[in-house]
Amino acid sequence: MTAMLRERLPAWLFLAGLLAVWELVVSRGWVASYLLPAPSDIWVTMVELRAELWSATLSTLSSILWGLGASFAIGVSLAIGFFLIPVMRRAILPFCVFFQTVPIIAIAPLLVIWFGFGDTTVRASAFIVSLFPILANTLTGLEETDPLLRELFRLYRPSRWKTIIKLQIPSAIPYILAGLRISVGLATIGAIVGEFIAGGGIGNLIDSARTQQRVDLVFAGVLASSILALLLVLSIDLLSRLLMQRRPYMRSAR
Amino acid sequence: MTTPAIEAQGLVKRFAGQSRNVLNGLSFAIPRGQCVALLGPSGCGKTTLLRLLMGIEQPSAGSLRIDPALAGHLSYVFQEPRLVPWRTSLENVLLPLELTGTGEPERAAELLRQLGLGDRLNHFPRELSGGMQMRVALARALVTRPRILLLDEPFAALDERTRFRLEDLLLTLRGELDLQYVFVTHSISEAVYLGDRVLLLDTQGQMSADEPVGLGVRTQELKLTPPFNAHVRALSDRFHALEEPA
Repeated sequence: MTAMLRERLPAWLFLAGLLAVWELVVSRGWVASYLLPAPSDIWVTMVELRAELWSATLSTLSSILWGLGASFAIGVSLAIGFFLIPVMRRAILPFCVFFQTVPIIAIAPLLVIWFGFGDTTVRASAFIVSLFPILANTLTGLEETDPLLRELFRLYRPSRWKTIIKLQIPSAIPYILAGLRISVGLATIGAIVGEFIAGGGIGNLIDSARTQQRVDLVFAGVLASSILALLLVLSIDLLSRLLMQRRPYMRSAR
Repeated sequence: MTTPAIEAQGLVKRFAGQSRNVLNGLSFAIPRGQCVALLGPSGCGKTTLLRLLMGIEQPSAGSLRIDPALAGHLSYVFQEPRLVPWRTSLENVLLPLELTGTGEPERAAELLRQLGLGDRLNHFPRELSGGMQMRVALARALVTRPRILLLDEPFAALDERTRFRLEDLLLTLRGELDLQYVFVTHSISEAVYLGDRVLLLDTQGQMSADEPVGLGVRTQELKLTPPFNAHVRALSDRFHALEEPA
């Protein structure tokens, strides 16, 4: 407990100091509050508009989970497909890099044209940016199975499918979880960018607040989205830990 | 004359990209029921021979024949336990049955109990000692009811006490399961203790000695007796007279 306190205390002290200086700078009028509202003003706004913030956060969360779920299902399936059919990998994988490199803000308007305003566009946006890490990590995990275990399996001459199910997928689980951890942050970015263009959720709340010059509400939205992303990453970490406690999925037999 | 369990004629193995043969014209026959130790300096091809027997590698020349009645009943124990880390002891032993889609699943737990791991069925490999992991590996090799067990230095990484216990366990299993085994070892004493016969390979991958061991019933006390030590000394002299591999 003391060790944990010693580890975490500096960060909390730094945050407290930062908030105190921020509050002081604004309350003394050294920075205009319409440019940088005081932490206390942001807190008041968050309490006052908690219902709107909560509903926007839930809407964003839903889009993130849809996008991430689709990325997981399609990413893992595609990786297995690429692993099984090398020609499919050579034909399609180079184009999947598009998903990693595309500036989502640039294609969001296109998504609106295709899917209209609303959730579908937001989910598509979250999906596009979060697909590649899951796909790439799963493929790496499938390919990097311990050669000693592969040799063990070959002794029993199993079908390709049995090897995938009983060896390659379980040994890829740590890689898939690592991919999921990267993708969850990206899906949050994708969803909020999508909401800027297609409406709804925290993205729309921030955008509306900007047009109304409600900088306090912009900060409240930014804070809500940061907390949401943080909680999602922590959830993935917790899921990973629970899974690993139940079964020690690891690459090597030694 | 009965068909030998294993028969090799002019067996040669050369790996791609290598300039010399690992095995160089080996010929031998192993009758049914006989247990054989493969002994020799590092790099002399002992493991390669075992892998050829298992069908993991194919000979470059010569022939290797397994009695058709035994051919589908071989099992292999690697140098290290090589357990699947995310499977429990029981699940590791069940693996060959799941992969081949044959056999008796109830035998897995039965074997683990027989090997003294009845209270470790649901433990993962990381929760077991090296000796326990090796026993799980042994159970995994036995679950398919093999007639010939191939073991590649299975006890090399274990402490002496555990090694002696596992040697005796192997002898017990041989009697109980009507099993014959061929095993690779670096230990001359282990070769004499566990083998009915010792094949000594030289650094050229050729047979240097083919010694029968007629010692009767094995117990660890046997290792202290003059006949046992005479066998060990004779083999030791021949072993140390071999050239070190280039």
